[in-house]
Parts: sequence; C-alpha cells; structure tokens
Amino acid sequence: MEIISEAVQTLTINKLRTGLATLGIVIGIGSVIALVSLGQASQQAVQSQIQSLGSNLLTVQPAGQNQGGVRGAAGGGTTLTMEDAEAIKNSPQITTINKVSPEYSSRTQVTTGRANTNTQIMGVTPTYADIRKVTMAQGNFISEQQVNSIAKVAVLGPTVVTNLFDEGVSPIGQTVRISGQTFIIIGITTSKGGTGFQNQDDVVWVPLTTAQKQLFGADHLTSIALEAKSGDVMVDAQNEVGYLLLARHKLNDPAQANFSIFNQQDILNTVNQVTGTFTTLLAGVAAISLLVGGIGIMNIMLVTVTERTREIGLRKALGAKKKVIITQFLIESIILTFAGGIIGIGVGIFASFLITNFTNSPFVISPNSILLAFLVSAGIGILFGWYPAQKAANLQPIEALRYE
Amino acid sequence: MYAIIQATHLSKVYRTGAVETVALADVSFEINKGEFVAIMGPSGSGKSTLMHILGALDTPTNGEYVLDGQSVSKLNDDELAEIRNKKIGFVFQSFNLLPRRTALQNVMLPMTYADIPKEGRLEKAKKYLKMVGLEDRMEHTSNQLSGGQQQRVAIARGLAMNPAILLADEPTGNIASVQAEEIMAIFQNLNEEGHTIVMITHELDIAKHAKRIIHIKDGKVVGDGNGHKRRKVKK
Repeated sequence: MEIISEAVQTLTINKLRTGLATLGIVIGIGSVIALVSLGQASQQAVQSQIQSLGSNLLTVQPAGQNQGGVRGAAGGGTTLTMEDAEAIKNSPQITTINKVSPEYSSRTQVTTGRANTNTQIMGVTPTYADIRKVTMAQGNFISEQQVNSIAKVAVLGPTVVTNLFDEGVSPIGQTVRISGQTFIIIGITTSKGGTGFQNQDDVVWVPLTTAQKQLFGADHLTSIALEAKSGDVMVDAQNEVGYLLLARHKLNDPAQANFSIFNQQDILNTVNQVTGTFTTLLAGVAAISLLVGGIGIMNIMLVTVTERTREIGLRKALGAKKKVIITQFLIESIILTFAGGIIGIGVGIFASFLITNFTNSPFVISPNSILLAFLVSAGIGILFGWYPAQKAANLQPIEALRYE
Repeated sequence: MYAIIQATHLSKVYRTGAVETVALADVSFEINKGEFVAIMGPSGSGKSTLMHILGALDTPTNGEYVLDGQSVSKLNDDELAEIRNKKIGFVFQSFNLLPRRTALQNVMLPMTYADIPKEGRLEKAKKYLKMVGLEDRMEHTSNQLSGGQQQRVAIARGLAMNPAILLADEPTGNIASVQAEEIMAIFQNLNEEGHTIVMITHELDIAKHAKRIIHIKDGKVVGDGNGHKRRKVKK
C-alpha cells in the first residue's frame, strides 16, 4: 500500500506528463472497447434478424432441374409436392420434426385502383405464421378454412401496405388485384426490419391452395419449411427428412438428390463467423493504438529514470536492493497504464453508447472485453515498464550519485 | 578495543582500455569502535575511492575489508545493499535528500528498505530528528530547509538504522561556515555518545574536529595520528 501511495505521489509531481502518457492508454483501451462492442452489436443485430425468421428452422427446396445438360437455379424445380409435405408430417420415420409448412412462392404484380407494386406472393398454410414467427399488426393470418376453401384473401407485409395505400387509411377489408383477380385484405403483419433481396416485409401471403390453383396454375411446392423439436436435433432432422424424400423420389444415391435442405443454424454459423472476423479485425486495429500507447509509457518511464538517476543512486546507497527499485518503477508504470485503462473503459463505453444510439443498433458491452482491457492495461504497464525499471535497478550507486 | 573497520592491503585499479589507473595502492588500517576519524587528502589522492570501498558502494580490486566482523570485499550488489542499509549511515556533501518529501519521510527511507513497520519508523525518525535539533522542522520538505538543516536531516537519516559507522563525505562542503561548525558539533556529540564516525574531507579545519586523522596521498596512507600531533608512518 505504502509503495503505491509513494508512486502516486511521485506521479502527481509532473501532472502534465503523467496525463499525456496516460492519454495514449486511454485512447488505446477506449477504442478497443468501443470497436469490439460495435462489432458485437452488429453481430447481435444480424443474429436476431436471422432468428426472427424462425428458430430451429430447416428449409427444403427443390434442386435446379437438368434440362438438356443445363442445370437450373436451386429452387427452380418442380419436384416437391404437397404429398411430400404430408409425408414428412405423418411418417413414423420422422421423429424430430414439430411442424411442417408447405409453401409456394412467386413474384407478380399487385395493384389497387391507383397504385401498383411488384412483390413476392406466398401461398401458405396457417403453420407458416408459427414457424416463421410472423406476428400480426392488424387483422388475422390465413386460416385452415381459407386454405380448404381456396379463398381469395390476402395478408400484406408493411412494405406492401406503404407501397399501395396512403398513410392513415386502414387497408383491412379493402381489396387488391393480384394477377387480375380480386383479393380481400384480412391482415397486416408487423415489420421484421429486413432489407435487401429477402425483405420479409415486402410479401403478400395468400392461402396455399389459392396460389397454386387460382394464381399460378401449379401443383408443386417451391419450399417446405420445417421446425425441428430442438436446436440439438437439427442434424438428425436433416437426415431423417433427407432419407424420407430420397425414398419417396425413388433415388438411391444422396448425390442425385433433386432437393436440398438448408439449416438455419448453418446460415447463423456463417454469419457469426463473418461478423466474428469483422470484430477481430476492428479489435486488431484498436490494439495497434494500444501498442503505440504502451510505447509512449516506455518512453516516459525512460525519461523518468534518467531524470531520477541521483534519486536512484541515493536509494541504492541507503540499501535498496534491485528488486525494490524494479518494483518501484514497475508500480509507477502499472499505475499509469491502469489509470489509463480505467478511464479508457469509461471512454469506450461512452463512445459505443453514442455509436449505437446513432446507428440504432443494440448497445452491447461484454464483461469479457472489460476484464481483458484491465488485464491488458496492467500487462502493458509491466511489459513496457520492465526495461526502464531494469535500467534503473542496474545503475551503479557511485555513478548515479555523481550524475548531474 | 574492537576494530570495527579492518582494511588490509586494499587496492583499487581502474582500467580504461589498456590504461591502468591505480587509485588505491596497498592501504591498511584499523578503526576501533567509538573513534572519530578524518580521512584527509588532496583531490586525486584516492580518498573518494577509499570512501566508496569503506561505504560498500564499491569493492576493492585486491585486499580485504572487514566491517563490523563481516567481510565485504567479495559481495554481490544486493548483499552490498544490505550491508549499506544495516551497517553504514551515509552523510553526503550534497545532502541527497529526496526532493518534495518531508524531513520525517527522508529519515524513514532507509528503514523502509529494512522492512521496519511504519509505527517503529515514525518513532525512531522523530527521535533522531530531535537529536539533531530539528523537532520543529519535521514536516518541512527538503526545499524548505537551509543547507545546514538539510545536512542535519541527512545525519538523522544516517543514524536511523543505528549503523556500525557513520560515513560522512565532505559533510560541510556545501554549507556556510557558521552552520558547518554546528554540524561538526553534532558529530562530536554523537561521537561522545559512542558512535563511530569516519569523515572524508580535504579541509584541515574540519578534520581537526576528529580525534584521529589518516592522510592519503597518491593512493597510499602517508600519515596517521591524532588531530593535532600527527606522526609519519614508518615504512
């Protein structure tokens, strides 16, 4: 304790210099904290968006079809049928699947009297809302009865509503024309905030049967969404469904499968990997500024040792052993970096709070990065204080006492 | 009498490249407990080198130095530090107090290196500051004290570990003459109380306060006697 208060006393003698040396560490630690939290915030944002599409989700899509040696895009085939979906739901071989949502989707023009938009039409059953975590802002989702009766009803995503209707007008009960046929609007979903080519808000949902028979004249499915019983059985579920469909399609070799099964977890893992790399990269850039801060500390400590040569000589003459001198200077440099670390953590948290406030991303501070910042700042004190401390301890008392 | 310092055939040779400089050549003497000895000599005589060896700040090239029953000639840095801490009280020409620290803190410094608990340190420091007449200056920092007062703090610091010898290097060199007399009076009092004092100086006026004067010239002892009637050493 005494040696610490003595070091603090020494450091307060030259406040400006102490402050500037500390500033390097403040900036270093601060930027590490801020940038890591920024990276983690974006990771969480992407993760929660993917998870909002459904949890424990498997998607079966037909493979692209070979026509005269040209392989079509995945999902373009017509090999998946309603019978496949029924089989997955009812087969005794399938033990790990909870829910099955057969889907038919295609793009087409949707119009009202005045406005029109090109959007994605999805033919679905009520299970869809369950599996894909669709929640309603107004009205209801597609019902079982509407699927059975091939009803001409539609549920709109919020983007479609903005594109077709004026603000303040409730579209519920109004009509839209899809491929020239009139549909009554029965519900509007809440926004999922998706962007880009897979915008979850720019969709019109209609009963599966209506989409197949009335709109597009098809009897296959474009995808089957499956919910596994838990996250642990995703691979089992993938295998069970895969073998069932292979058997149903009379295929022996999995390599010839005319369908593919996507695992939500795979996508999540890929995204995690990408954002993890991104975070590491940011932290690496920040670590460089921390290194520069550390070199600043070493520089100051070397100046201090030279300045205090006589003092060191006196201390050695009065019986200070090498260890004592080393400890004294190490503690001074550790206090410098530790103080810098604590202030830096504060600055970093404040900076990341500002950034997340501006960018509307979640505010994430991991206790790990704070703990790490503490250890790193103390470590820098030892690392960059070691050489100056050694230099001080190895001074010969006679030389040091003569130093002017 | 107990010989607290036994210097036997001490020599010190400095090598700078191929050039050898002999600073001390075969110096032998003994100092008994309770003596007040001045080591005198002109600059370049080797008295500073002798002081460094006697102060365990340096080791001799040859010869044997026994301080208070312990051989000091062949110790390493940390062992020398311990000897300096426990057995030697230094009083330097330029005082060498820690700046911006109080008189008390300065006197306590050697005791911190001996791991004496804080209460004991404070008590002793007060006692020795009182002994050198600074009881009303204990909380003054060194830059608030005059040269003579600073040197008295340094003496109190030298006494703090109750050392075998008090080693003073030109203790009055940076002090006005009136205050120098006070410092010498303190040394004489301390000597009467039984402290062994070795003082290096080039001023005869100062050396005369000691009971015995050892003269050094060209790295050799050329005279050893009491303050007033010195006698030549027979070769």
